[in-house]
Amino acid sequence: MAVAALPAKARRSPAATILLLVGAVYCLLPVLWVLVAASKSPNELFSTFTFLPSTHLFDNIADLSGYRDGLYWRWMANTALYAGVGAGLSTLVSAMAGFALAKFSFPGKGVVFNMVLAGVLVPGVILAIPQYLLLAKVGMTNTYWSVLLPSIISPYGIYLARIFAAAAVPNEVLEASRVDGAGDWRTFATVVLPMMRSGLVTVFLFQFVAIWNNYMLPYIMLGNDKLFPVTVGLSGLLNQGAQQPAMYTVVVTGALLSVVPLVALFLALQRFWQVDLAAGAVKA
Amino acid sequence: MTTVPATEQVIAERSVATPAAGRPRRGRRAGTPYAFLAPAIVLFAAFLGAPIVYAAYLSLRKVQVKGLGLGSGARSEVWAGVENYVRSVTDAEFLPSVGRIGAYGLIVVPVMLGLALLFALLLDAGRTRVGGFARTAIFLPYAVPAVVASLLWGFLYLPRISPLNDILEGSGLGSPNLLGSSWILYAVANIAIWGGTGFNMIVLYTALKAIPQDMYEAARLDGASEVQIAWRIKIPIIAPSLVMTFVFSLIATLQVFAEPMTLRPLSNTISATWTPLMKVYRDAFIRNDIYSAAATSVIIAVATFALSFGFLKLVGSRAFRQED
Repeated sequence: MAVAALPAKARRSPAATILLLVGAVYCLLPVLWVLVAASKSPNELFSTFTFLPSTHLFDNIADLSGYRDGLYWRWMANTALYAGVGAGLSTLVSAMAGFALAKFSFPGKGVVFNMVLAGVLVPGVILAIPQYLLLAKVGMTNTYWSVLLPSIISPYGIYLARIFAAAAVPNEVLEASRVDGAGDWRTFATVVLPMMRSGLVTVFLFQFVAIWNNYMLPYIMLGNDKLFPVTVGLSGLLNQGAQQPAMYTVVVTGALLSVVPLVALFLALQRFWQVDLAAGAVKA
Repeated sequence: MTTVPATEQVIAERSVATPAAGRPRRGRRAGTPYAFLAPAIVLFAAFLGAPIVYAAYLSLRKVQVKGLGLGSGARSEVWAGVENYVRSVTDAEFLPSVGRIGAYGLIVVPVMLGLALLFALLLDAGRTRVGGFARTAIFLPYAVPAVVASLLWGFLYLPRISPLNDILEGSGLGSPNLLGSSWILYAVANIAIWGGTGFNMIVLYTALKAIPQDMYEAARLDGASEVQIAWRIKIPIIAPSLVMTFVFSLIATLQVFAEPMTLRPLSNTISATWTPLMKVYRDAFIRNDIYSAAATSVIIAVATFALSFGFLKLVGSRAFRQED
């Protein structure tokens, strides 16, 4: 890692190592458990030692896939759709708005920026019920749109994009592009977006995780379980487990498989998480 | 906040004064920023502005039933004044849910941010070989949705599964029901702490990494210990990041919903109104009393806004200003 950059006199500290390892074990424990538990048969789940693995992982996956003709995989596909498309559109909308706020001066700019800041502080889930009632008026509840559309607007994404645009796009470059006769949209697409790329990956990841983790919005909006994301689907399965404990192994296996894509995404893109929440403030 | 940076003014003026050579312009330059903002403004209005206004409106309305309430026109919506607010605040289940969320926040926010700061400082001091591994491991729970995290911990809390119960029983301390009434608050708080520490750690660690190393040189030459450097130099410098993580944690705490909702099938001590937001859900969708639910929503939103904004004012934070 970055050890080489340290001053030579920095000594190893056993206390630091122990504290960090305790933290790591605490954080890995439930993940380790779900790996083990997904390999247990329904009987073993409640009888064998908590962390003793077994051999039934593929039986459990088959049971899970067999549940109502593969409904689980439909939930996974729905989640990928909500999070992928939602975060993609959200990033584009945020990039455009952030670029406008960072690089243009226009009447109403202060008002727009203050609205964005107020939006950051408004707790999102408070909105879910009025959003539901309003979408119900136009007959859009219980559709893909009802989860997708509210997920696109992200005041925090706009705030971040504005910081990235201000920092990564020099005015001279914009000016040069204009002198070359490129229109504003072409400048945005061919010059601004590539320069903001690494910042926009961060915005995308933020929104992707937020949508992937969201529970209340789809829980309220959707009645048809074919449209559920995996979070709402799994919590419904857990409810059924209360009546038929044999469902518990299916739930545990579903929980394991649902985190695999996100964990993989995290490990692959870890460097993009170097986000400074207070970037604006630190520079001031 | 109203001052416009000089560079931006230059661009705006120049683009108005000298349209780029030879090219016919589709649309005026002055409209450009609005065109870039248009999708955000439309979506903001539809999914943030309108719902807030609508919730405020509903919170002041009620249904009046005439006669037996049968037939069309027997039920009509009328103004209710503050009736819904009074009903919401005086509801026997409202104050306990607020108290619960208060106690929950007092556990979650300090413990989570304290651990996040501790781990960030330990990683930044770089006196260990396990830094890379620990950073990834502690950050990993952020990739686990709250529903799944609650599900995993929920199973680990079950007396028949929990290793903690084995240990406590073995040592003769009896076997506590972690999902019972005396432990449930800590059980839910633990899930939030587990899920949130890593993310906050990364934010604080990033801020620490941005500090130039030579700031520590003088202190080291003066013989300051790493703890003194952390306390006197590092923590004051990353104070704005601490403020932001605090505000975001506060907002997340006040809207806790997924964790207790997921744990409900495993624990009979979590009522339908365990947190204020669960009460909003119950009132709106199970009791079909959207007016009272709207009033409670408005109260939670105003309280959240007041707390986070008040905190930012209190610490005189420069966070969230236009930095230029």
